[in-house]
Amino acid sequence: MSEAVSALAGAGFDGIARVEEAGQVGMVTLRGDLDSAAMVKAVKTATDAAVPGQRAITRAGGYAVAWMSPDELLITCDHDKADAVVNSLAKSLAGAQFLAVNVSDARAVFDVSGAQARDVLAKLMPVDFSRAAFGPDIIRRSRLAQVPAAVWMSADDTFRVVCFRSVARYLFDVLCMAAQDGSEVGVLG
Amino acid sequence: MLILDCPYCGVTAEETEFHGGGEAHLKRFGPGSSDEDFEGYLFHRENPRGVHFERWRHVNGCGKWFHVARDTATLEVFGSYSAQVTEPPQEIRDAITAKRPGWRWREFA
Repeated sequence: MSEAVSALAGAGFDGIARVEEAGQVGMVTLRGDLDSAAMVKAVKTATDAAVPGQRAITRAGGYAVAWMSPDELLITCDHDKADAVVNSLAKSLAGAQFLAVNVSDARAVFDVSGAQARDVLAKLMPVDFSRAAFGPDIIRRSRLAQVPAAVWMSADDTFRVVCFRSVARYLFDVLCMAAQDGSEVGVLG
Repeated sequence: MLILDCPYCGVTAEETEFHGGGEAHLKRFGPGSSDEDFEGYLFHRENPRGVHFERWRHVNGCGKWFHVARDTATLEVFGSYSAQVTEPPQEIRDAITAKRPGWRWREFA
């Protein structure tokens, strides 16, 4: 089988914030009735994390479960664990109406880090990135410049941005432009 | 610029995160209907100056369709509500009546 690679082979940029492609990240899309007992149990079995509430993200070990819409979750994990997660979900949810798909290679993932990271993202997204409004337990799907993207905090002053792989180069370029030296805004930092 | 609430995400976001989907609460007239009814379903749209009901989609977010009641002249938004209804819920009608007494839109008031 051919060797799997990430969209931009770990490209990086240092400006007022560090922009870096996160490489290969395992991602599983799970759709179904999020309130059902079977779903709660299946997610717990597969990831050890709880089903998140509206716009929340829960974590356990190397797994994170993010709320994407009232009937959709995004599970992130190590790239080589994604198939195991799908299999575990399929086993737990057998008989129920659900959809679990390994979408790891359909996405590109970027990390924006540094004290200015909030300002860099706020230049591009119509989202409140103030410390009071955007904390570590939130996932926000929105628009980043001209493409849809999801963003959450993976550590202090570090934001993880997920987009479709087909727009990876565009997203990286526009993040680098927003992070270029001398472009500090100094509002949210 | 409109500021809309997505009833599914609970997100309050600006217009560019959404996409307009035209007039709300259209009643479909299909096979067996009269030519007039079918023509109205296909082509006749409200174009009010004032209270209006529209469909919107949270295209850059959860991807769900929902309904919005707003004023086309002032861009004031009266509220958003589920797509799974065939007429505006009472709390939306009350919110409009509080600000635009005597409003009418198609068969709703």
